Amino acid sequence: MAEAVSTGIGAPVRRKEDLRFITGAGRYTDDINQPGQVYAVFLRSPYARARIDAIDATDALAMPGVLAVLTGKDMAGDGLGDLPCGWLVKQKDGSDMVSAPHPPLAHDVVNYVGEPYGLVIAETLQAAGQAAESVQTEFTELHAVVDPARAMESEDIHAGVVGNLAYDWALGEQEATEQALAAAAHVTRLDLTNNRLIPNAMEPRAALGVYEQASGEHVLYTTSQNPHLERLVLAAFVQVAPEHKLRVVAPDVGGGFGSKIFVYAEETAVIWAARKVGRPVKWTAERAESFLADAHGRDHVTRAELGLDADGRFVALKVATTANLGAYLSTFGSSIPTYLYGTLLAGQYKTPNIFVEVHGVYTNTAPVDAYRGAGRPEATYVVERIVETAARELGRDPVELRRINMIQPRDFPYETPVALTYDTGDYEASLNKALEMIDYQGFAERKAAAAKQGKRRGIGFACYIEACGLAPSKLAIQLGAGVGLYESGEIRVNPTGNVTVFTGSHSHGQGHETTFAQVVAERFGIGIDDVEVVHGDTGRVEFGLGTYGSRSLAVGGSALVKAAEKIVDKGRRIAAHMLEADPGEIDFDAGQFKVRDSNRTLSFGEVAFAAYVPSNYPEDLEPGLSEKAFYDPTNFTYPAGTHIAEVEVDEQTGVVSLVDFVAVDDFGTVVNPLIVHGQVHGGVAQGVGQALMEHGIYDEFGQLQTGSYMDYWMPRADDLPDFRVDTTVTPCTHNPLGVKGCGEAGAIGSPAAVMNAVTDALGVNEVSMPATPEKVWRALKGQ
Amino acid sequence: MKLKLTVNGTLRELDVPANSLLVDVIREHLQLTGTHVGCDTSQCGACTVHLDGRAVKSCTVLVAQAAGAEVTTIEGIGSTDALHPMQAAFREHHALQCGFCTPGMIMAAIDLVQNHADLDRRAVREGLEGNFCRCTGYHNIVDAVMAAAPQLAKGAGHG
Repeated sequence: MAEAVSTGIGAPVRRKEDLRFITGAGRYTDDINQPGQVYAVFLRSPYARARIDAIDATDALAMPGVLAVLTGKDMAGDGLGDLPCGWLVKQKDGSDMVSAPHPPLAHDVVNYVGEPYGLVIAETLQAAGQAAESVQTEFTELHAVVDPARAMESEDIHAGVVGNLAYDWALGEQEATEQALAAAAHVTRLDLTNNRLIPNAMEPRAALGVYEQASGEHVLYTTSQNPHLERLVLAAFVQVAPEHKLRVVAPDVGGGFGSKIFVYAEETAVIWAARKVGRPVKWTAERAESFLADAHGRDHVTRAELGLDADGRFVALKVATTANLGAYLSTFGSSIPTYLYGTLLAGQYKTPNIFVEVHGVYTNTAPVDAYRGAGRPEATYVVERIVETAARELGRDPVELRRINMIQPRDFPYETPVALTYDTGDYEASLNKALEMIDYQGFAERKAAAAKQGKRRGIGFACYIEACGLAPSKLAIQLGAGVGLYESGEIRVNPTGNVTVFTGSHSHGQGHETTFAQVVAERFGIGIDDVEVVHGDTGRVEFGLGTYGSRSLAVGGSALVKAAEKIVDKGRRIAAHMLEADPGEIDFDAGQFKVRDSNRTLSFGEVAFAAYVPSNYPEDLEPGLSEKAFYDPTNFTYPAGTHIAEVEVDEQTGVVSLVDFVAVDDFGTVVNPLIVHGQVHGGVAQGVGQALMEHGIYDEFGQLQTGSYMDYWMPRADDLPDFRVDTTVTPCTHNPLGVKGCGEAGAIGSPAAVMNAVTDALGVNEVSMPATPEKVWRALKGQ
Repeated sequence: MKLKLTVNGTLRELDVPANSLLVDVIREHLQLTGTHVGCDTSQCGACTVHLDGRAVKSCTVLVAQAAGAEVTTIEGIGSTDALHPMQAAFREHHALQCGFCTPGMIMAAIDLVQNHADLDRRAVREGLEGNFCRCTGYHNIVDAVMAAAPQLAKGAGHG
């Protein structure tokens, strides 16, 4: 049992995958090269909105080493389809959302700066880059729509999309909410913006397309969080190749945070171009391209109203949001400000009436889609900012106001007014632990001490909830999802007793090769080094829906548990035959099949060997020991917790220092606390980045002003403090591991906590994110 | 142009375009793909290597500038069987997630601890501000560097 104690569920196992990363042996897409490989450089729009009048590639094609200049017209001429949006949102009047066509390469008009409309292919990257600069493109510049708040009154970007409105979506009871607000003892109103973010995974996107003419097989190496979804979209919608002739490999992937879920133009183009030029074609984004053409995140403008009764109980919440969807609907862009946002507006509270209306608008900016948290940080920001503001207006302690409104353990399962049923939780347990860790009692003293140093100290809270492991498939498909939301897993027990695990989840930093091995090893009573986890290759893994929404362990891990049960069941039948007992008499524990109440045992390895060398073997049983399973959850999981931030504001400069940060999260059962804490750290860093530093800014002409690390303030090591994190545990009630997911929580709770602390320090109700020194200085000066 | 370069202890004779960057020679010509490119403005530090013992961003060095010099990349500091103490500390403290920034971060951290005595956590944060990590929030990186520092300080007997 020593083995199980050191590596089983709950053990802080050091990661298996680290050895290759720390020695430089990781294998990312750009590290892969193919014989005869050529290089692609994309032609990108310099305008936010323009008509393409003519493309003259004569000079470029005459340059040495140039193989081809391919355009959007060529691609359309070859019959390739548009990039689809995978979630059809129904508007409040019951009609379908309005989805503008999204060709992978623009052919008639370009709609955001950086939009690709062609590519140059050459023997070397340098030659391709020089030739791309020689392509003469004539544009007629058109009026660009940039500000989402004014998009509905602006010129239509897409023919047939009136008022640039993709949808007018609503959830909840409007009339009841408005009546409750009218009757409320107090109403707090708050206007908020949720700033546009640019994801910036450290590995830029890349793609390498290979076409084998003799077999007709296409292989696409690419930076994807979900290679099977990529293959499905490329085969079924874009029709670049049939599914069985297209293999998508997502090797080591250097971070995603949502931005690598989507199916983009560039990977579509290289696999098509590889067939056209008969050579493997490689593209690796420069960082400037990542800024311009990766899907961005957030970008909401919101008005919220919270009604409270005379005791401070929330009676109604009404929210109106304009969500910027960018120039086109990205793969899941439509679902983020609707089903992943409006449904979370109950937060941790028993607010009986909630109504939310969202206008999703097109603008001439990069498409906006899921970025870490995806809708849930935006919802938490609305709820937790307005609750804190209400407490200030009423002169109530913000902790106590939250406490009297919280859903209690006895209330579960709890049905919210916005379509979710929370299965379990203990919100006050996390709140209490966080208060103890931050020493809430001692805050007044810390504030006084800071004041003596010319610093204004503030404290801010966020009690967040999120919904992870989006499910079940049937419900999601009824609500417009174009794919199922299950996950697949396969376990092959090899004849020598070690195990190869295949998962449809993908790891791009999350550590699945370790966590999933812990789960499987514990189930079989073997060492984690005897378990190899394979992911990220449609040629090796049967199917999968990939990694997003903190779903991997809750959904993908559960599929593996299900497959493991099938292995144990078959092993029991094999062992029963060999031990001359009834399968019902065989117990399996700690790697041993044992006849109950006897000393007759067979090890897991002995049974595996017997399955492949079936001499003494049941006649009615197939040889081999390999099982697969699909797991479709019955509900979301609901991680929740409390984040508390303390900041100090320098009165002279407006500089905000985050001086303490505490996160207490309930992720259900924790398989590897080392990895879970690391996920929280990273999420908090991104959330603090949103609150204090990061902002994707377009000017009035639609030019991106924050297109490099010189302009986009991403947190560096000296911008952040140490984080103090802990967990509470209420196991998820409906998956076999009791897990809820931990990937996004940090980014969900922290922006509201930090901004509540900043506004507390300043004594104002609102400073828009990010709270840069300039904005804070102006707030201090009353400007 | 032709030039000589000692890379991870081996003398390499190269014939490369005169405008080649050190990072491109490392990745493309020498196929040492542990050194990464994460930006185009010398801001991210993923390409950090050692040039004559000091950390440099190899995207900002022309290979011609490195002629005759000693270059050490992540592949040259340790192996899976014999990890460098900084590599071991990164693993022990879960100081990496996706691994993309990790080689550059490790090379920068080694330079930092070898050239600065008595580092505290704040000094480590300031010393690593030239290297972006988007996954870890830096917390565990600081833990790892603090843990490795005593073994690597000048005179402590390692590399």
